Formats: sequence, C-alpha cells, structure tokens
Amino acid sequence: MKALDNFMQKIKPKADGKFPLAYTVWDGMYTLFFVPGHTNKNGVHIRDGIDLKRTMVMVILALVPSLLFGIYNVGHQHFLALGEVTTASHVCDMFWDKFIFGALKVLPIIIVSYGVGLGVEFIFAAFNKHSIQEGFLVSGMLIPLVLPVDVPLWMVGVATVFAVVIGKEVFGGTGMNIVNVALTARAFLFFAYPTKMSGDEVWINTGLEEGQQLVDGFSGATPLAQAVKGGTEALNTMNASVMESFIGFIPGSIGETSTLAIGLGALLLLITGIASWRIMLSTFAGGYVMALLFNLWGANPFMELTPIHQLVIGGFAFGAVFMATDPVTGSQTNTGKYIYGFLIGIFAIMIRVFNPAYPEGVMLAILFMNIMAPLIDHYVVAANVKRRLKRVSVKA
Amino acid sequence: MSKDVKIKRGANINLKGAAEKLHTNTITATEVVLKPTDFPTLIPKLSVKVGDKVKAGSPLFYNKEIEEVLFTSPVSGEVVDIVRGDKRKILEVKVKADAEIQYESFKQADASTLSREEVKENMLKSGVWPFIRQRPYDIIANPKDTPKSIHITAIDTAPLAPDYGFIAHGKSALFQAGLDALVKLTDGKVHLNINGNANADEVFTTAKNVQINKIAGPHPAGNVGIQIHKIEPINKGEVVWTLKALDVLTIGKLFKEGKFDATRSIAFAGSLVKKPSYIRTVLGAKIDAIVKGNVEEGGRYISGNPLTGTKISEDGYLSFYDYQLTVIPEGGNNQFMGWLAPGFDKFSLSGTFFSKLMPNKQYDLNTNMNGEERSLVVTGEYEKVFPMDIYPVQLLKSILVDDIDNMEKLGIYEVAPEDFALCEYACTSKTPVQHYVREGLNKLKKEMS
Repeated sequence: MKALDNFMQKIKPKADGKFPLAYTVWDGMYTLFFVPGHTNKNGVHIRDGIDLKRTMVMVILALVPSLLFGIYNVGHQHFLALGEVTTASHVCDMFWDKFIFGALKVLPIIIVSYGVGLGVEFIFAAFNKHSIQEGFLVSGMLIPLVLPVDVPLWMVGVATVFAVVIGKEVFGGTGMNIVNVALTARAFLFFAYPTKMSGDEVWINTGLEEGQQLVDGFSGATPLAQAVKGGTEALNTMNASVMESFIGFIPGSIGETSTLAIGLGALLLLITGIASWRIMLSTFAGGYVMALLFNLWGANPFMELTPIHQLVIGGFAFGAVFMATDPVTGSQTNTGKYIYGFLIGIFAIMIRVFNPAYPEGVMLAILFMNIMAPLIDHYVVAANVKRRLKRVSVKA
Repeated sequence: MSKDVKIKRGANINLKGAAEKLHTNTITATEVVLKPTDFPTLIPKLSVKVGDKVKAGSPLFYNKEIEEVLFTSPVSGEVVDIVRGDKRKILEVKVKADAEIQYESFKQADASTLSREEVKENMLKSGVWPFIRQRPYDIIANPKDTPKSIHITAIDTAPLAPDYGFIAHGKSALFQAGLDALVKLTDGKVHLNINGNANADEVFTTAKNVQINKIAGPHPAGNVGIQIHKIEPINKGEVVWTLKALDVLTIGKLFKEGKFDATRSIAFAGSLVKKPSYIRTVLGAKIDAIVKGNVEEGGRYISGNPLTGTKISEDGYLSFYDYQLTVIPEGGNNQFMGWLAPGFDKFSLSGTFFSKLMPNKQYDLNTNMNGEERSLVVTGEYEKVFPMDIYPVQLLKSILVDDIDNMEKLGIYEVAPEDFALCEYACTSKTPVQHYVREGLNKLKKEMS
C-alpha cells in the first residue's frame, strides 16, 4: 500500500493551482483510499475510530441486501411477465438469467446516479474550496433503489442534479439540507414525469424481443394499485399475500419490494447504532396504528387490509428504515424522534389510503415531516428550557 | 444529609498503562514554570523580572482584573526567563529552583477560628486561591463573590486518571484543615463528592463539616460540573465554586504550616510509560527528569488526561491544575481503507467496530483523528455521553452562531469545556467541541461584564 500512497502523493495537484477541480477530485480519491493521518492538536488527544465515511459505508452495506434482491426481482418480474417462469416455480429456476437481466437494467441507473451526483458534488466542492463530504455516497445508492426499473436514464440524471443542487447544495451541502436528497429526486420525477413514475407500465420491464409475448392477463400493476381497487382479495390473487409481500417477489421500485431484505439492512443499522431505533420503531408503530384504525373503520376494501399487510407493501418499510432515519433531515432530539417517526407512519398510511392518486404516501409523508422536524425539535428544546427555568421559581 | 448520585450516560475509555498504586520516585524539579495560559480569560500582570530571587509563595504575576488574585512561585529560586508569544502575551514564567526550598511565611492558624476575610486574605496572598474555580465560565473564583455553595470532587473518572484516595491517603489532618478554611467562604454548604463506584478512602469518608455525596457511574461522573448538575443545578445569577480534593490538601497545608507547599503526587501513566506509577514532584515541574529513560520513543506528552490535557514537549512543564502526566503514542500514519477496517484495536462508542465484542479490552490509542472534520451529520451521539438535562448539540450550535440569549437558556452557565470532552471524543464529524465551548464561555463573560 506504500506504493499506492507514494504514487498518489506524486500526482497530487496543487490545491491553489490552475485546476481546483483536479485537487478536489484527487483529495476525494486519496481520502477514499487512505484515512489521512491528521492528529489531534488541541482538545481531546484521542478520538473515536468512527468518521463520516465509515458511517456512510455502513448504510451502503445495509442497502446491499435490498440492492441484490432488487436486481434479482427485476429479472424475476420480467420473466414472469413473459411467462418463462411462474410464481410456482423454484426461486433458483433461471436464477442467473434473472440476475444478469436485472443487473443489466439496474447497474446503468446506479452508474448514472453516482456519476452525475458525485460530479455535481465535486464541482461544488472545488468552487467552495472545501473537501468532498460523504453525504452523497448514500444518496447515490438510495436514488436508484426508489425508482421504477423502466425509468429513462436521462431522467435519473436530471433528477439527481435537481436533488443535489436544489435539495442540498443551495442549503450549504451535506449536513445542512432540509429535505432528504434521495426523496427529493424521486418527488421531482414523480411530479415532473408522472407517466414514467406511476401507473401500471413502469414497474416491470416488458421490453420484448422478437418472438416473445406477454402472458395472458398480465397487468403490471403494483400491489398498492391493486389494493386500492380490490383490497386483500385482489392482493391474494396477484400473489401478494402478506408472506409473499414480505419476501418481496412483487412489482415495485427496485429496492423497496422485499421487506425481508430491508429487514437485514435494518438489523445492521441497529446493531451498529448508525440509524436511530427510535425513529424506526415509532415509524412502524405509527403506520401500524393508522392501518389498524382504518382496518376497524373499513369503509372500502383498501381500508380492510390488515395492518401488517399495509406495512409490507409499497415503500413503507424502505422509507421507514432508510429514509426516515436520515439524521440530517430527521428530528435531532430523542423525544422529537419518537414524534417524528410516529407521524411519518400515520401520514404515510393516511395519504396512501385517502388519495389513490398518490399511492406512494410514504415519500410524501417523509418529505412533509422533514419540513416539520425542526418545529418538533423547537418545541422539545423549548420544553427543556422551560423545565430548567422552573427550577428557579420552585426554589424562590 | 448526603446524596447518592448514579450517572448512566457516559463511557469509560479503558486505556493501557494505568498508574500502579505506588510511589516509585521523588523528582526534585530543577526548573518550574507557571503558565498564565492555564487560566482561561486571565490577563496577567508581572510582579517580577528576570533575575529576581523568589521564595516559594512569592508572587510571580497577578490578575489584572482582580488584583488581589496572586500567582505565586511553587519553589524558591531565581526567575530565569519570561517567555512571551504573539503581541507580547506572557506564556511562561520560569523559575530556576534552589536545592533547598525557602518558604515565604503566611498566617498559620486554625481556619475555624478566623473570619471569612482573614481566610480569604491568607489564601489570596499565598497563591492557593487560583485552585478555586467558579461556575459559570469555569475560571478562577472571584474573591468578591460569596458562592451559593462549594463543590469538591474527590473522584477522577477520566482515562488513566490518578486515584485521589491513594494520593490523599493518611493526610486526614491536612484535608480537614483545608475543608475548615473552605467552609468559611460560603454561606451555603461545602459538598464533598466522593467515589460511589468503589470504597472511597477514609480521608474523604471521615471528613467533617461538609455534605458528603456519593457519585457512581462512568466518566464524566468525576467532573464536578456533572456532580453539581445532579446535586443542585446552577441557575442564572448563581455562583458555585469548585475544586479538586487534592488541592484542598495544599490549602490545608497553608493553614497548618503557614506556607505554600506546591509539592504534589502525580500519576505518570500511558501505554508508552515503561513503569506507570505515581511520582512525587512539584506544581509546574519540568518533566524531563521524570520522563528521561522511563518512556518509549515516539510519544505525545500530555499534562493532564488524554481528553482534556495540554500537549507539552518532552522537556515541557506540568500545568497548574494537573495531577497527571500521560504519554501515549503519536499518530500521523495514513490508514489504508481505514473506513472499512474491522477495527479490533480501535475503541468506538458506535457499534461499527468489532472491538465492541470485547468489552473489557484495554486499548492503546494514538493521537490520530481517524477522519477529517465534517459538518455535523450524525445525531444522538453527544447525548449518549452527556449526563446533564441539557441539549448539548443545540447548545453547541447556539455558541457557533453567537446567540447569547439561547446559550443562556440552553444551560451554558452549568457547563465547562471538560464536560464536553467525551462528546468531542465521540463526534463522527470530529468537531472541536471543547474549543467552541471555551469560546462561548469567554464570549458570554465579556458580554456580562
């Protein structure tokens, strides 16, 4: 590794040279290979081993199960649509065909997201003369996972630019943004290009080659769309019962379908303490409570869905585990985290059930609560201030 | 009436090289230094010039704002150098020690028979006054104030910290004499906060005329600020004085023997120290005689503990308040893919290192930052190690934006930089928290005066 270090030092561009961008890129690459040996000068002499890179890498590791499952499922849904496999066939049937097909569809989206996003970050870093902050490492992976597989690549690029610039850099970059970057990208596409982001056409790749045709009765709708129409019954007929939805062989955005894979990621995040268990727990609790209330009310078939079923379809689990727990845009106080998460759960299910035009309530719920999080914190902190002031008056 | 306090939030950093409980050496310092920089916000005025002869207890400089507060020489000898920094700021006043220490004589009396003014005068003249610090601002106490109460901490929970009980053992008479003097200074109580994790030494448990509180739990339980917060929190307008139990011994000696005797025992600890143990030396002593031949190469010398101490060179000097000299490995090496390494040898308060699986491991940490400074991203990590009913991040942010009003509301009067040391240790974004808190306190002091 000494050789690599020496090589990197040799090609190091000047920080104040003609090409500030070159230095930023070099710095970004160098710190990716090596954690620089800066030492503490004043204050504490020893430091915790963790840094922001490691934090972000942990989240990416947590996303890997969802990513791999998503890749497989893209292929699975494709061949299911063509009738080459059925829902009854063994998961290993055409395993590699499915996986490679999925990879060919998903990887380009990831490459575009990272390429464009990091490009924008590098330019801003060079312009502002500070080093690259690691925030986009996670956003760059989240963006592809919340998009439908058939989204055109240029749209991914445009959405990423919008999200990074308007969602983050205008506020000052990593750590300063108000709303979740990945969800900003998704919301942008959702409202700018609704035909490519919703409906029954986009969730499964049905690109046909010669001699191929879709199976009879193919619909391409997601369980959420079906549930709006027909409730539990419709879900069961489309092979999206509670168990099937939990495992995740259903149509949907790339990374969101398998609650099981998301659960593995959640486990890693909770063990390492990277994500807040308070937010995760309270989001699921909020969703459960709202779904339970609707279930008791039961005004339409969608409402009659069991609460658990509500939680395993759509992007709810993915949002609760990976989006709501974003520390920058979420509530920062421990008490606030409970309130913040609980309301996300409530609103996600409420929007989903009341407004069939926006089936993906969790995205809007999280964005809304991102905006509300500072307000929640404000009142939590104000309560603390009040309590501490009270100490004086009690004594007096 | 005593209080039992149990602190839950916090963390002990288990470092290699804790001092063994025996005195291995008595080092007679050849050179002693008093550093005005040990006292935040102090503006020093010199009372001596190079070449002057001084006795132990003769003033070297005094506080420009409160001229009664004198800083006196820990040894007798000759003033050999006055080191100045930028803008002629005084950094060090150096005294070359005599072989035989001559003491200035002060009033020798049982403090309980003296009036408050007499006690104060004796303490101010002899130079033991600066041992008393005050909250708010964590600076030397203003002798014109009458504090609500005085808190003495008899426990140090910082990494590799000295055992106060071991050092003070058998000195009950001195300790009590010091306490009797302190009792005179307040209309309220004097609190002695002793170790609740283990049996405290009888010097502390048998102390009279004070309220004895037991403090249990991980670091920062030994920080006097945390103890005050749990026992009787400070409100705006109140002043509480604080000091370390070991300083009470020095005060006791003043009243018992009528002299400023700055000799003290320090813990000489750290993974690079060949034989970590206790050493008898003097306040402000040059450390070269202590470390020579007793440490491995490539160390960082810290007067104090690794969380709050001051970096000094290998021929540097101990600081005024420190009873500890720590030597740990200096970092500086780049770590290949450090963000992915399993990290059996790194101690982390997060769960991202495998070292989490070995709770009793002793660590040999170096001075690497293990990352670069970033914006604050991760939430909740300060709160885990900050056992006050105060929101540390919000307070820090109010300091960063100079919001005096919010600093007050969020509790800046109760805190000292040392209370944030663990937050700074744990910070993923490598924020220099203690530095900011100090700046905030200085700003507030300026605003209020």
